[in-house]
Amino acid sequence: MAEPIIQIRDLRFARGSRMIFDGIDIDILPGTVTAIMGPSGTGKTTLLKLIGGQLHPLSGSIRVQDEEVPALSRSALYRLRKRIGMLFQTGALLTDLSVFENVAYPIREHTKLPEELIRDLVLMKLEAVGLRGAAGLMPAELSGGMARRVALARAIALDPMMVLYDEPFTGQDPISMGVLVKLIRELNRALGMTSVVVSHDVRETSAIADYVYLLSDGKVMDHGKPDDLWGAKTEWTRQFLNGLPDGPVAFHYPAPPFREDLLGGAGR
Amino acid sequence: MLDLLQRLGRAALGFFRRLGRGNLFLLQTLASMPGMLLRPGLVVRQMWSVGVLTLVIIVVSALFVGMVMGLQGYNTLVDFGAEESLGILVALSLVRELGPVVTALLFAGRAGSALTAEIGLMKATEQLSGMEMMAVDPVQRVIAPRFLAAFLAMPLLAAIFSAVGVFGGYLVGVGLLGVDDGAFWSQMQGKVDFYDDILNGIIKSIVFGFVAGWIALYEGYDAVPTAEGVSQATTRTVVHSALVVLGLDFVLTALMFGG
Repeated sequence: MAEPIIQIRDLRFARGSRMIFDGIDIDILPGTVTAIMGPSGTGKTTLLKLIGGQLHPLSGSIRVQDEEVPALSRSALYRLRKRIGMLFQTGALLTDLSVFENVAYPIREHTKLPEELIRDLVLMKLEAVGLRGAAGLMPAELSGGMARRVALARAIALDPMMVLYDEPFTGQDPISMGVLVKLIRELNRALGMTSVVVSHDVRETSAIADYVYLLSDGKVMDHGKPDDLWGAKTEWTRQFLNGLPDGPVAFHYPAPPFREDLLGGAGR
Repeated sequence: MLDLLQRLGRAALGFFRRLGRGNLFLLQTLASMPGMLLRPGLVVRQMWSVGVLTLVIIVVSALFVGMVMGLQGYNTLVDFGAEESLGILVALSLVRELGPVVTALLFAGRAGSALTAEIGLMKATEQLSGMEMMAVDPVQRVIAPRFLAAFLAMPLLAAIFSAVGVFGGYLVGVGLLGVDDGAFWSQMQGKVDFYDDILNGIIKSIVFGFVAGWIALYEGYDAVPTAEGVSQATTRTVVHSALVVLGLDFVLTALMFGG
C-alpha cells in the first residue's frame, strides 16, 4: 500500500472551551479522492485549515508529504502551500481582478514566466473548467457555480499535488453540482492529484470519493470505501448517510419533559 | 463591587491584548516595506485610491475653512486695526494646526473607513485566507502598499489643504473685505518660518498619516468577518483615528511649540 500523502495522528484542536477534534487519526492516500463528511459544525473546514497550516492544533501530528505542518517555519509552510490548491466555499476570488487575472494571480506571484506563456496557461486552466469564454468577466458578474469553477481553475493553476475542497457543492443548482462533481473527479484523474473533499452532500460526494471519513463530536465516527459505508452496521452512520431525522443524533435538543415545561415547572 | 472590578479587569486585558496584536501587526507591516520597493505599481494604485480620490473633499473643505478663517479673523483683527495681519493668521493656523489635523480627520472619514471596510470584506469573503493558501502573504500584498500609500498621501493632502485654505482666506479677506493684497502676502511671507511652521506641520501630517493608516488597516484586518463586524470596525476606525489624531496633535504641539 502506498504511503499516505496526508497522515493525521491523535489530532486535538479546541476553540475556546469547545473541543473540535479529540484525538482523530486520518490517512489520505496519493491519487485518491477522499471525502471528509459530517454534520454541520463538526469542524470539517477547520480540518482543512489545520492541514493547510492556517490553524495550529493543541496537540497531535499533521504530516503532509512527510513534512510536519504545525512545526514548519513560515517560509517552509509557504513552499508547501505552493504545492497545495484550495477551493474555498465562497470561491474567495479577488473581487478587484477579472476572471483571467484571478487565475493568473498565483502564476504571476510565484513564477517569472513570460506574459504569452501565462496567457496560454490561464486559458488552458479556464478551458479545463469550461469557462474560457468568461475570461474577461469580473467576479461580480459570475453565478455561484461559475465562481467556484474559476476558483477551481485558480486552485490548479500551479499544477498542485493536492487540492482541498471546502464544501464545493453547497448552494449549487443540480447542473452546477453535476459540473463540479465531474470536474473534481476528472481533474483528479487527469492531473494525477490527490483530492480532499469536505462536504455534507452525501450522495454527490460518495459518488466521486474513493474513501470516506465521517466525523462527528470531535471523533472519526466511521471510515471506509463508500460502498462499505452504505452497508454500515453502526446506527449513526446509517442515520447520517440516509439523512434520517431521528436516531443516535436525536431530533430534540436536550430539554426537560415537555409536560413539565408547558406547566411552567422548568423554571422559565 | 467585585463584579465591577472583574469587568474593569476584563476590559483592560482586552484593551492590552488588542494593543499587542496591533503592534505585532504594525511590525509585520513595516517588515514588509522593503518588498514594496520591488513593486511600486501596487503603491501607486493605492495612492490613487486613498490619495487622489480623497482630493475633492480635502479641496472643498479647505476652501471653506480658509474662507471662514478669513471672515472670522478679519472681524477680530479689524477691531485692533490689524486686519493686514490676516495673511499671517490664516497661514499659521493652517500650516501649524488645521491643515494636518483637519486633513487627518477627513482622511480617516473618507479613506480610512474605506480601507477598513475593504480589508474587512476581503477577510469576510475569505480573500485573505485564499491568498495565504496560495502562499501569498496578505500583509505584504494587501496591507503594506495601502499603509505606505496612506503614509505618503497624508502630508501631500495636508499641504494641498493648507494651500487651498490660504487661497480661501485670500478670497474673503482681500477679494471681499478689502484687505490690502500686498500686505496679506508680504506679512505672511515675513512671519511664516519654513522650519518652525511648515516643517513642523509636515511632521505632524506624517505622524497622522502613519497612525491613521495603521488604525484603519488594523481594524479591517482584525474585524470580525461578518457584516456587523465590518460595520463596527469601520466605526472604530473613524472614532479611534479622530481621538488619537487630536490627542497626538496636543502632544506634538507641546513638543514643537510648547516653549
